[in-house]
Amino acid sequence: MKEPDDDSTGLPGFRTWRGVYLLVLGCFILVVIGLALFSRAFA
Amino acid sequence: MNLLDWIVLLGTMVGIAGYGAWHTRHTDRLDTYLKGSSSTGWFTIGLSVAATQASAITFLSIPGQGFESGLGFVQNYFGLPLALIIICAVFLPIYRRLGVYTAYEYLGQRFDGKTRLLGAGLFLLQRGLAAGVTIYAPAIILSSVLGWRLDLTIIGSGLLVIVYTVTGGSAAVSLTQKWQMGVIFAGMVTAFIVVLQRLPDGLGFGGAAHLAGALGKLEAVDFSLDPARRYTLWSGLFGGLFLSLSYFGTDQSQVQRYIGGASLREGRLGLMFNALLKIPMQFFILLLGVFVFVFYQFQPAPIFYNQAEWSRVAAGANGAVFRALEEKHAGLHVVKREKIAAWQAARAAHDPAAEIAARTALIAAQRATEQVRAEAKTALSAADPRAKTKDSDYVFISFIVAQLPHGAVGLLVAVMIAAALGSKASELNALGTTSTIDLWRQLRPLAAHDESRNVRVAKWFTAFWGLFAIGFALFAGFAENLIEAINILGSIFYGVVLGLFLTAFFLKRVGGTAVFWGAVVAQTLVFVLYATLSISYLWYNLIGCAACMIFALVLQAVLPANDANSRQ
Repeated sequence: MKEPDDDSTGLPGFRTWRGVYLLVLGCFILVVIGLALFSRAFA
Repeated sequence: MNLLDWIVLLGTMVGIAGYGAWHTRHTDRLDTYLKGSSSTGWFTIGLSVAATQASAITFLSIPGQGFESGLGFVQNYFGLPLALIIICAVFLPIYRRLGVYTAYEYLGQRFDGKTRLLGAGLFLLQRGLAAGVTIYAPAIILSSVLGWRLDLTIIGSGLLVIVYTVTGGSAAVSLTQKWQMGVIFAGMVTAFIVVLQRLPDGLGFGGAAHLAGALGKLEAVDFSLDPARRYTLWSGLFGGLFLSLSYFGTDQSQVQRYIGGASLREGRLGLMFNALLKIPMQFFILLLGVFVFVFYQFQPAPIFYNQAEWSRVAAGANGAVFRALEEKHAGLHVVKREKIAAWQAARAAHDPAAEIAARTALIAAQRATEQVRAEAKTALSAADPRAKTKDSDYVFISFIVAQLPHGAVGLLVAVMIAAALGSKASELNALGTTSTIDLWRQLRPLAAHDESRNVRVAKWFTAFWGLFAIGFALFAGFAENLIEAINILGSIFYGVVLGLFLTAFFLKRVGGTAVFWGAVVAQTLVFVLYATLSISYLWYNLIGCAACMIFALVLQAVLPANDANSRQ
């Protein structure tokens, strides 16, 4: 079952996977910042 | 558990297993049996990847971890999103382009037979032994708290998972995991709502969080550079990155979940779904444990949460010692409640100086109760050296049984069993596949084209590993230290296995002999370092991986040129 590289994401607004990866990376950074703020808010 | 709980538990577990087996009973193509349905979408792949990682111990231990140590454990998962991005960009396209059934098959194509055998062998050794622990660890806790017979719990859950995994292979595993994750999410949300409802009137989410924060339970991110601290931002990012890369990228139980599916896109989206889901999910489970901690600040709390073990040892000759400890703990618990009330009053009065003083007194009271709990564990060990003194795994299940309404208890026990079945099914599926593709087909190369025979062999191997796991779990009670050793071995194998794969992907001029011996030397180095250093085990993933790649490069430089057989 061999297939060529398929680089279309099929996601609206994201033409390449690089954009999807950057979105996930951005969300991760926001989550870490959110966790740090959560800790500080209730410390 | 009453009749309603049993109906919920058996209805969900047997129902899902039966549905999975029935729906995939005609699976007779090798591709479908080993990789799952070719029409599987990203959502099913994503849930299957999540269900494989989330074992029953996740839902028993992690709330206990939150209860005891707070939110810091969440940092363990900080490397996961980064690892999944790398796997999507590098690992997955190669696996799909080559059309492999196992990750180790790729090592054979890129290097040689002995390197493939090394990768597959390390996986079978580690996962084969761990498969018994996956059944035993939750069974010992559930049987102890719920009063079930341990052997019947192990055999019942083991046979259930064997039936549908052998029948439908990877297709059945993915299908059942989707529904099992539904049960898990429903159960955990139910537990969270019940905990919030059981808190004292007027405390609410904010009040509970402030109290937990005052007692140091909400420190989610630790920027410390001290390598001896187990969970920090840095150990989570770097050690966690290599651990996740190895687990998701090279462990067949995970690789098998996403190499099938309708297209490369579906696999990538399934992994990205996990990259977004995992940290919030672990945070939520830890927070649940923290709120159970807050709940027990206002309720009579046991001195030791494995009550069956406590009662067993306390019924012996030193009963008076244990009763004295219980009374001391109860007295300190009352004192702590007074300190909590004083701290809440100071906060309500907006008096910062009084609040700081009250908080200092509250922390001292908390330390005093922790000291008595430590004394209780010491007394348990003194009375019976074989007594199990770690009780954090029992905190959440004890809370469930004592505090949740009937029906919800059945649902939460179903969460634990569903998680056990989901991760177990992936393990058996992967062990059966690796045994068939990387071992049996190497010994019987002429049989490789007989599809129905391959499927039959894969079913036999899956059943064998399932029965092996049940057998191991039944006798694991005699070898508790062995279980601990297996868990440690697992954590220190991963780095070197990842090193094999990263060498294959990125060091194109390194050949099979160099990487094989590089991996052997690197694994020896990791064993030596583990025996001599006391650093967080997450770092061994990075060390093992780096050592394997460096040794492979050095050996390649000194080996004859005809070993440079990079074929990828």
